[in-house]
Amino acid sequence: MKTKPKVIVFSGYGLNCEEETKFAFEEAGGKADIVHINDVIADPKMLLKYQILAMPGGFSYGDDTGSGKAYGNRLNNHLGEVLKEFIKRDTLVIGICNGFQILTAAGILPGALTYNESARYMDRWVDIEAVGESPWTRGLGVISVPIAHGEGKYVLPKEGAPNVALKYTQGPACEYQNLPMNPNGAAEDIAAVLSPDGRILGMMPHPERGMFFHQRPDWQKLQNDLKNKGKKVPTYGDGFALFKNAISYYNKGVKK
Amino acid sequence: MNTTRFDVILTVADTRAREKMREWKHLGSGRELTDVVIVDSYTTDAVLSEGETASVLSSLVNATMERGTANGHIIEKPFTAAIEIGYLPGVTDNVGMTAQETISDVTGRDQGDALVASSRVYALYGNISDPDIERIKKSLYNPLIERAHVTLWSQYEKEYGFSRVLTPVSLHANATASAVSLAVTDDELKKIGTEGIRNADGTRRGPLALTLADMRAIREHFNTMHRDPTDIELEMIAQTWSEHCKHRIFASPMADIPKGIYKEYIKRATEEIRKKKGRKDFCVSVFSDNSGIIEFDKNWLVTHKVETHNSPSALDPFGGAITGIVGVNRDAIGTGLGAKPVANMYGFCVGDPFSDPNNSHPLYRDANQKEQMLPPRRILDGVVKGINSGGNASGIPTPHGFLLCEDRFRGKPLVFAGTVGLLPRKTAGRKSWEKAAMPGDYIVSVGNRVGLDGIHGATFSSVKLDEGSPATAVQIGDPITQKKFSDMLVKEARDRGLYNSITDNGAGGISSAIGEMAREAGGCRIDLEKVPVKYPGLAPWQIWISESQERMTLAVPKGKWKELAALAKSRGVEATVIGEFTKGDHCVIQWNGKTILDLSLDFLHNGWPREEIRVHAPERILRPLKARDSAMNLSDELLAMLSRPSVASHLFIAEQYDYEVQGGSVTKPVQGRGRVPSPASVTKPVLSSPAGVLMTSALYPAYSDGDTYNMAAASIDTAVRQAIAGGATPDSIAILDNFCWSRSNTPESMYELREAGRACYETALVYQTPYISGKDSMHNDFHGFDRAGKHVDISIPPTLLISALAVLPNALTAMTLDFKGEGDYLYLLGETHDEFGGTEYAAMHGGSNVGIPKVDAQAWAPLYKKYARAQKYANAAFAVGRGGLATALAKMSIGGGLGFDIDLKKVPGTWTSPEAALFSESQGRIVAAVPARSRRLFELLIGKNVVRIGRVTKGGAVVVRVKDETVLEATVGALAHAFEKTFKAF
Repeated sequence: MKTKPKVIVFSGYGLNCEEETKFAFEEAGGKADIVHINDVIADPKMLLKYQILAMPGGFSYGDDTGSGKAYGNRLNNHLGEVLKEFIKRDTLVIGICNGFQILTAAGILPGALTYNESARYMDRWVDIEAVGESPWTRGLGVISVPIAHGEGKYVLPKEGAPNVALKYTQGPACEYQNLPMNPNGAAEDIAAVLSPDGRILGMMPHPERGMFFHQRPDWQKLQNDLKNKGKKVPTYGDGFALFKNAISYYNKGVKK
Repeated sequence: MNTTRFDVILTVADTRAREKMREWKHLGSGRELTDVVIVDSYTTDAVLSEGETASVLSSLVNATMERGTANGHIIEKPFTAAIEIGYLPGVTDNVGMTAQETISDVTGRDQGDALVASSRVYALYGNISDPDIERIKKSLYNPLIERAHVTLWSQYEKEYGFSRVLTPVSLHANATASAVSLAVTDDELKKIGTEGIRNADGTRRGPLALTLADMRAIREHFNTMHRDPTDIELEMIAQTWSEHCKHRIFASPMADIPKGIYKEYIKRATEEIRKKKGRKDFCVSVFSDNSGIIEFDKNWLVTHKVETHNSPSALDPFGGAITGIVGVNRDAIGTGLGAKPVANMYGFCVGDPFSDPNNSHPLYRDANQKEQMLPPRRILDGVVKGINSGGNASGIPTPHGFLLCEDRFRGKPLVFAGTVGLLPRKTAGRKSWEKAAMPGDYIVSVGNRVGLDGIHGATFSSVKLDEGSPATAVQIGDPITQKKFSDMLVKEARDRGLYNSITDNGAGGISSAIGEMAREAGGCRIDLEKVPVKYPGLAPWQIWISESQERMTLAVPKGKWKELAALAKSRGVEATVIGEFTKGDHCVIQWNGKTILDLSLDFLHNGWPREEIRVHAPERILRPLKARDSAMNLSDELLAMLSRPSVASHLFIAEQYDYEVQGGSVTKPVQGRGRVPSPASVTKPVLSSPAGVLMTSALYPAYSDGDTYNMAAASIDTAVRQAIAGGATPDSIAILDNFCWSRSNTPESMYELREAGRACYETALVYQTPYISGKDSMHNDFHGFDRAGKHVDISIPPTLLISALAVLPNALTAMTLDFKGEGDYLYLLGETHDEFGGTEYAAMHGGSNVGIPKVDAQAWAPLYKKYARAQKYANAAFAVGRGGLATALAKMSIGGGLGFDIDLKKVPGTWTSPEAALFSESQGRIVAAVPARSRRLFELLIGKNVVRIGRVTKGGAVVVRVKDETVLEATVGALAHAFEKTFKAF
């Protein structure tokens, strides 16, 4: 039996999506631990036991002084060295929503995230298309997942073009509810970016909230149409693929 | 004082500034505005070296999109005026606290004693007049909690930047306890009760909300001990005896019900239902804890509690709503040994924001017209924002909520906030729903520090709103401090068995929390000076009753304290031992070694004098519905109905609340293609369990104008039907009652209350829906003045909100409201009569209190059972409610983007006109859409209990006929437009 890839999901100071993120990784075949950032600070080397690091969504420090800023500072001030060591290895990192904001604020990913075009927090579904090369997004194509954020408008870095992972696009979710494809005014419709080598992914949408079919806004309509055709109703949703991709990166020994 | 001011500005487009500019232009102030620049500022007295100042600055600035200065000149382009908004001293400043943590982190020194104040500057550009600047300033701040300062460019130039304002709280309170003589005249006794204890300078400390009879009972009690009470003793008794804490109206005898409404109607209903349900009883703990607890699955329990935060929201809607939601989250955390909050709900009853959009008829709390009531629009904006900030930041989904607009809520809005919690059946080898502080356990205070905020909150909400309403009753929530201790408690300490009991500090602060918990152990002894305070100078009584938010009280065994303290420290949570639970039956408080309070718990909890409440049936003037034009166009009527603020889409609220965090969303608060706000939604609180919880709620305040009994019965019936239409089975529904009453000092109002209580008993008994938790708010009256200085009294209509919680063994049996397929068949359950009294349709035509919809639970309960079994063969369902059948069908149609064609002739009941068939609010009805593939099975299960009224049609045509005559024609597009336009600009 293969050993399950080990995932560390950060928590603390107002992060709040750690449980469902852990659940998604475990459903995909990983072994995930939720660890408070202060426990990592107390024992930084523990980080090196893991292959995958997830910075989940949330409201760290209440977004006060700017989303992701205070948590990003804490990461840099206390874990900068060990993070560098972790990233140097053949590891994967994902930052989702507030996690993405933290990774950019800490300078681990390029660019920044500012207030939505509407200047208001918003929960809705979006369609995103994989455009970059990454173990996370392999074979993804166009998927529908939700967003929920107030500061998700991607701002390009001052210098150089980011390695774009996912772009907002017009797909089934937008079509279903007649929604604009770019939910927040993000530059170049960017929903997610990558480190140059593709192993670190930061994304505003929440794949863990779209891992099951029944999380979709249109699932009852689709279910009705499938039943009319005598077809089976699926269990999983589009977002699950990202977690499967990360786990199979280790299980199948696939390297770039 | 050496202060540093950090200013931060966006270097990319600031959408906040653009939105503000749009808002101001919309309000008519600032048409000449050409630009707005926002500066976020942090001012601190922390001692910083030059290097540290630079590091702090770089921590506060994200260089990709921001730039900043320290004591600098952040704006270079001359502005017309700059308005700075900051908090008044002592008001919770979350941003300031985060900045303080950042400063500590960067400098490596604990800067806990440094002051950090956040503020925001709006620099205005363009040729704007002074009155416009004043108007914009007013729209930006609430003088009860914030300060506003206008800086002109010349000053800014002269001082080289914005001025550095940092005001520590300065208190001149006498920081000791003093005796209060009750050997005074009845007049003075009464004054102490209504206006508060007299200070040395003649001022009063604020309402104790104690009656003369209460004051006499207290005097008698202390006479037997041959001493005067201390101020802190009086304050504690007042908190404990307040309507808010003791629910005295519900506990007092009334004619025909000697044990009072709570025991005779609410509690008795639940007891009888549980007995009848026998092995199917799903209640685990009801009425005895901070929330009701029911079974979820074999490993888990769920809890529910709905609170109101009406009085604080009238003064500061943002603060009122955020402390409402964050406060009720704490009710979950304080339930059993600590439940994890898994879903929030909200409900707003506000004045009609459109009836006086320019606030040309303002209300004032005082005769001098100094204290203006906020207009409905400001209140709505504020409470919406408050739930947004509280719920989103706490990581708790908000899958359910409602908005109701009526001008009788102009003087006092109703703000409901509810939280469902999740508890493991067993934790650390114990039953999670049982808890008891043991003698010898440490009393541990967890969370925020104590300040003056929220002094007299409990007694304040127990009286009417007027000019004496204390501003200290207003507070701001701090969801992140709470999130930190919530995670520590319900995700770690609980399962390590580190405490024996837990409760939240709600109304009455630690005085109520400890007063309650002490009964579990016997008594308690507190060293009050150990309670962590925000600033020095607080008097003991203030510390004891302050309602400073985000605090819990724990009973920690001495042997576990070290472990708990270490855990708290590593999670950034402040936890302090402030005393000990004892065997005795007294609550004893010491202040630096001197006993300042010694009260018998029995007297404290049971010593209040019971007086029979007088009831008298009100005389109602009957107001039949005015005659309508016989040539009225029913299509126009429907479009007008869909645009009414209480019916129209409040999508703008639903979508700014995160309803998907925690990953459990099954049926959403907005449903279908048309994103129609739904009355019920289902969430899976345990991702590995197939089960789900359904939340819904219903209320019909205007029905009280004619028939308070059926007002209550209809609320229960609608909540039950909404739960069933959303996918619940009738035998799985638990309900919660929130009574919001007015004129509670009149026998007429009390008669209505008793009628509502009777309806609660009789209706719930038939539907077999136990009450698991409830709360009442009895004084929703406004006594103030209009612009001409004339007295104005506004009372809310007696209101009962019924919330329902139901567990679905398989969450995927939940059902949405939107039409799914062309050709699907439409069925109607229930009968339709000419019932217009108190309905939305009546309100549209001048109002009526004749023909309030009646509830016949006996007849309907068996139908609901049959229907619920058949519903799995439907693909959409909607419980007919506000706005009647036409509104229900319109919402399903907009949701699905599909039309319909129905024949009213088939609609059963005694209705006499198409108008009545479409808009009457007869209760007991559900519309279901059934696809052709399962039509036979649906009909087989339900038999003749429903009628087929028509079909879902392709294209967007909406047709209502009476046999061959078309009485209403419209398109889905037109319906959707009418439904969405009302709040489009919100």
